Amino acid sequence: MSEPGDDGDNRARSIALLRMMERIRAFEEQAILAAERDRLVLGAIHPSIGQEACAAGIMQALRRDDILLATHRGHGHTLAKGADPLAMFRELLGRAGGCCGGKGGSMHIADFNVGMLGANGVVGANITIGAGAAHGLKLMGSDRIAVDIFGDGAVNRGPFLEGLNWAAVYALPVLFVCEDNQWSATTRTRTVTAGEGAGARAAAMGLPVTTVDGNNVEEVAAAADEMVARIRAGNGPEFLHAITYRQTGHTSFDKAAYRPEGEAERHKMEDDPIARQRAFLAGMGVRSAELETIHAEAQAEMAALLKEAAATPFPPDDTAFTDVQDIGSPAKEAF
Amino acid sequence: MAEKMTYVEASREALREAMQADETVWCLGEDLGRGSVFGQYLGLQEAFGPDRVVDTPISEAAIMGAALGAAMVGTRPVVEMRFSDFALCATDELVNQIAKARFMFGGQSRAAMVIRKPTGMWRSSAAQHSQSLESWYTHIPGLVVVCPSTPQDNYSLMKAAIAADDPVVYFEHKNIWGMEGEVDRSLAVEIGKAAIRRVGEDVTIVSWSDTANLAEQAGARLAEEGISAEVIDLRSLWPWDKAAVRASVAKTGRLIVAHESVRVGGFGGEVAATIAEAVPGARIRRLGAPRSLIAYAPNLEDQMRVTVDMIAQAAREMTND
Ligand SMILES: Cc1ncc(C[n+]2csc(CCOP(=O)(O)OP(=O)(O)O)c2C)c(N)n1
Repeated sequence: MSEPGDDGDNRARSIALLRMMERIRAFEEQAILAAERDRLVLGAIHPSIGQEACAAGIMQALRRDDILLATHRGHGHTLAKGADPLAMFRELLGRAGGCCGGKGGSMHIADFNVGMLGANGVVGANITIGAGAAHGLKLMGSDRIAVDIFGDGAVNRGPFLEGLNWAAVYALPVLFVCEDNQWSATTRTRTVTAGEGAGARAAAMGLPVTTVDGNNVEEVAAAADEMVARIRAGNGPEFLHAITYRQTGHTSFDKAAYRPEGEAERHKMEDDPIARQRAFLAGMGVRSAELETIHAEAQAEMAALLKEAAATPFPPDDTAFTDVQDIGSPAKEAF
Repeated sequence: MAEKMTYVEASREALREAMQADETVWCLGEDLGRGSVFGQYLGLQEAFGPDRVVDTPISEAAIMGAALGAAMVGTRPVVEMRFSDFALCATDELVNQIAKARFMFGGQSRAAMVIRKPTGMWRSSAAQHSQSLESWYTHIPGLVVVCPSTPQDNYSLMKAAIAADDPVVYFEHKNIWGMEGEVDRSLAVEIGKAAIRRVGEDVTIVSWSDTANLAEQAGARLAEEGISAEVIDLRSLWPWDKAAVRASVAKTGRLIVAHESVRVGGFGGEVAATIAEAVPGARIRRLGAPRSLIAYAPNLEDQMRVTVDMIAQAAREMTND
């Protein structure tokens, strides 16, 4: 981990981690405004506010051509993997030029150009798909790896067992990440999860498990670097359990009234990953004006991009019938 | 040049050739190293090694989901589900993930793969090893549905399915693995083109999978009685050859659709409705299993069958008045 007085590389890296988290937060704050104030985002969005350290810390350890599969709460992962935020905003607004042509929206956000093979609307479904992507990469003799991120709720679905077992049996180059925000929609995950939970289950299948404070981006990044290096060297799958907290409701419209009073506020005040990284950088001697600039730049960037996205037209009607299938395509099917 | 092959050998040869020609083609499923349950993969692991003919855990969801991930990074998996019944354990992976992977991501992805599902009644296998569920998959946009009924078609359609960039759900009928026939390796079959098994004037009989073989026998029997039946084997249900069926019914004025699956909600209803709209005045009958379950005892199992007699009798009744 970086300490005050480390060389310029460490400082630059720590600043880059902050910048990415600020951009993710700004993106999602704009997305929430677009949903609630402007009614421009019509479908559900699942913000990752408070969880940005996982996205920023893990993605910095990857190459552009590495593979990522994420969840319904995937804006941060996608942005940190290198996707274009304008195309992402257009996708959330269902516009032409969205990264999925307006066909996927927030829950299916994807950018194959940067190896982001999709968020998923079905909890846990990406676990086997990510294992399979790693299987394909290994079969082709590639040195790329796959990262497969899911929530704590997903460990109670069957694909968790099937996917982890699969990856372990075939010694696949995949990093599984349980981004544990402690809540499964409106249910506290530990009240519906037997045994010791995610890490213990992964360990039972023989995966090396690393548990981190998922709100400490330096710790996440350091762990990810080591794990990714071992996986890329051919040592088989590993499991990262990152403990974090969902500061918002389950969706942008959820006021999360089911949570004990003060719980979210306490996390925001004491355990916010961005505030913590700012404090860390201040301790390193970074001036507060520089930190403010990073914040302001991220806010300005995302506000401008949302405006630009909102000025984009909807996709052509006939694209409702394209990219379904070649054989028996609805674009050709007529009697 | 045609060779004698069985139905099971035919698709195995098609797979072998595809794997030889393209090293991104591989297969995964339970017990493939021992050829799988019906010998569909015999000798392939010896020929291509355990990395390309993969023995998997009994994890249908992972087999299907992993195949999608592997397809998205550029390989062409052939998925073995062992019995079509067990594929239900991987329904989310097939219906929500594979079928939608291309559209949902705006065309960034393809899910080029073949999903093999041995189907149908076979030797007292009872309710969980006998079903014909092909109509379910015709309802899912994104999927191609293929139901070969002869060795030649099982060869040519398997080759077409592996070559396709779409996910192809491929139903092989368990009752005809040993069926022998001439196979011409140079013969290509386009998915979506029906086979006219018998040309006729009085009544059109449409079917697929093993029931198409029964329909052909019914056609021969009817010919002896002076009834000229046109027998059409659809070979694929999505897409299905509407043009061939419409042209035939426009000529005969009568349509029988026969299938092994339950009549209620069966694909015969789709064929019947489409033709009723397209050929006004056509007389139409559907034959399918009663809406009950397939039992173990042979006499009970037989209650679920559409037989040669039933098809011929329906044709007699329709041409009588
Ligand atoms: C198979 C399935 N069941 C239920 C849902 C509805 N659902 C969407 S998100 C969610 C909670 C998931 O919790 P977790 O996996 O911890 O991820 P988080 O939302 O906390 O990021 C639920 C129940 C779903 N999308 N898929």
